[in-house]
Amino acid sequence: MSLVEPVLQGLVDSLNAAYGLCLDDDRLEEWPEFFVDDCLYQVIARENVDNGLPAAVMYCDSKGMLVDRVVALRRANVFPEHFSRHLISRAVLTGIDGDTVSAEASYALLQTRNDGETRIYNAGKYVDRLLIKDGVAKLVSRMCVYDTHRIATLLATPI
Amino acid sequence: MNAMAPVGAPSLPTAVDYKVYHDTQIFASEQRSVFKGRTWCYLGLEAEIPNAGDFRATHVGETPVVLVRGQEGKIHAWVNRCAHKGATVCRSLRGNQADGAFVCVYHQWAYDSEGTLVGVPFRRGLKGVGGYDKDFDPANHSLEKLRVESYKGMVFGTFSAEIEPLEDFLGPVMRKYIDRVFHRPIRVLGYSRQYMAGNWKLYSENSRDSYHGALLHLFYPTFGIYRQSQDSAGELAEQGFHNVFTVSKPKGDIDYGSFGDEANREMQGAAKLQDESLLQFRPEIEDDVGLHIQSLFPSVVLQQIQNTLATRQIVTHGVDKTELVWTYFGYADDDEETTRHRLRNLNLVGPSGLISMEDGEAVELCQQGTIGAEGKHSFIEMGGDDVRGYYAPMGMDENAVRGFWKGYLSLMGDALAVSAEASA
Repeated sequence: MSLVEPVLQGLVDSLNAAYGLCLDDDRLEEWPEFFVDDCLYQVIARENVDNGLPAAVMYCDSKGMLVDRVVALRRANVFPEHFSRHLISRAVLTGIDGDTVSAEASYALLQTRNDGETRIYNAGKYVDRLLIKDGVAKLVSRMCVYDTHRIATLLATPI
Repeated sequence: MNAMAPVGAPSLPTAVDYKVYHDTQIFASEQRSVFKGRTWCYLGLEAEIPNAGDFRATHVGETPVVLVRGQEGKIHAWVNRCAHKGATVCRSLRGNQADGAFVCVYHQWAYDSEGTLVGVPFRRGLKGVGGYDKDFDPANHSLEKLRVESYKGMVFGTFSAEIEPLEDFLGPVMRKYIDRVFHRPIRVLGYSRQYMAGNWKLYSENSRDSYHGALLHLFYPTFGIYRQSQDSAGELAEQGFHNVFTVSKPKGDIDYGSFGDEANREMQGAAKLQDESLLQFRPEIEDDVGLHIQSLFPSVVLQQIQNTLATRQIVTHGVDKTELVWTYFGYADDDEETTRHRLRNLNLVGPSGLISMEDGEAVELCQQGTIGAEGKHSFIEMGGDDVRGYYAPMGMDENAVRGFWKGYLSLMGDALAVSAEASA
């Protein structure tokens, strides 16, 4: 199902564009603010989703856990220095229930490490539920379902 | 022994020539002497293929293998290479072959779940034209079959006709710890695959190396969670191949001050976790062990970290291409809340694990750093230069890494010598 709702469409697309740029600009501390407090953020392999298996490589079921991810990334975790670049498709609205919207969008996450080569690091889709309040969309849940089964080296920066 | 090994000296468990991570001849020898040699290689879990006809693609070293549960419930494994032209027969990662037949798409050669050739199109030709000679015997053209044995639901395969039974290969010490994890039926929760641009042995060392634990993985100290009062224990199998180390649930208060002094690193304890449910540990085995990491030579790690349970299968795609297949599981009787707790705990481990992601980076750094270092050696003498059955692994000992090399060199000794002569 795909719904034509120009205003909601604009809100969801704007959120996605800002979300991608926030991560790509390395403003990670702002990233949790795209979510409501009682949120669920997951990064999960498509092979698991397709087979009804729940294990995700990132599973944060509170905004606090998102903040912890960022603090750990800044202060504790060791990973290859890199730039991220999100290319996010226009969203498809799949449902509207009161002030909650369901939507999906494809993404390609490019990564450039110190060797200077830009690689397709992760491709997949966002499966989202968003709360629309006072003309702003916030993520209630975002499931990043990735096709790229092989995670190159490791996954530190959120998708 | 304290001196660095001289350039060009043969490899020892304490000093390994860096070329073992780069040499394609050594890699080819490993496929023969280690993965297809006198070892049992992990193939998967019985719980992944519960029903007749269920199959799962897997590997032994670089060789693609398929694990299948036959119609009678027995588990079989065969090399995924058609006996006709060498084509890949089974093209899916997993599935169910209800009729039990695996058919090569190229010329429709059909095999049963055991890998025996059961059908060849136009075997007698058509209208008297073509076909195979009347001496052609399908029995001589089956898929290459592995010997398969299971222990507590972990399935292993071997190409070796001479090797001892799996239970003896694992030995009583390793079996005791496998029993610990598989004390009741399990349920698979999912997979992740981590692809490292590094040699498989760098990861094998890494999983046996507790020295790096609190030095590379800074999550715990950053959030002030390192506890000196933790009890730890390490055991090695007799041959040195396998090892296990455990760390018990902390009993005392947080104290990372003395650790920080010794570690030459400013330990940051200021950050505080916003949501500690991530770290919650609910003991579910009759001991206080919160971390159990068990490396079974040559290709699998079994772990329990907090309430995460997983196998990590090492797949070798090339000298500097190693895939780690994580299979996460819980227990079959987990309720929904317990599963959610495990999913939360899973943030700690895997390719995005808060306390483990760095391993992928460490493997790649060692691969990059040893380019062009043929003849130079690593230095593996933390905690001594011997290989012991028992050790206290709490970050102060490389005993199990030496054990890995002792086992590896015993299988590879001649091949390494030949390789040295060839390059001399």
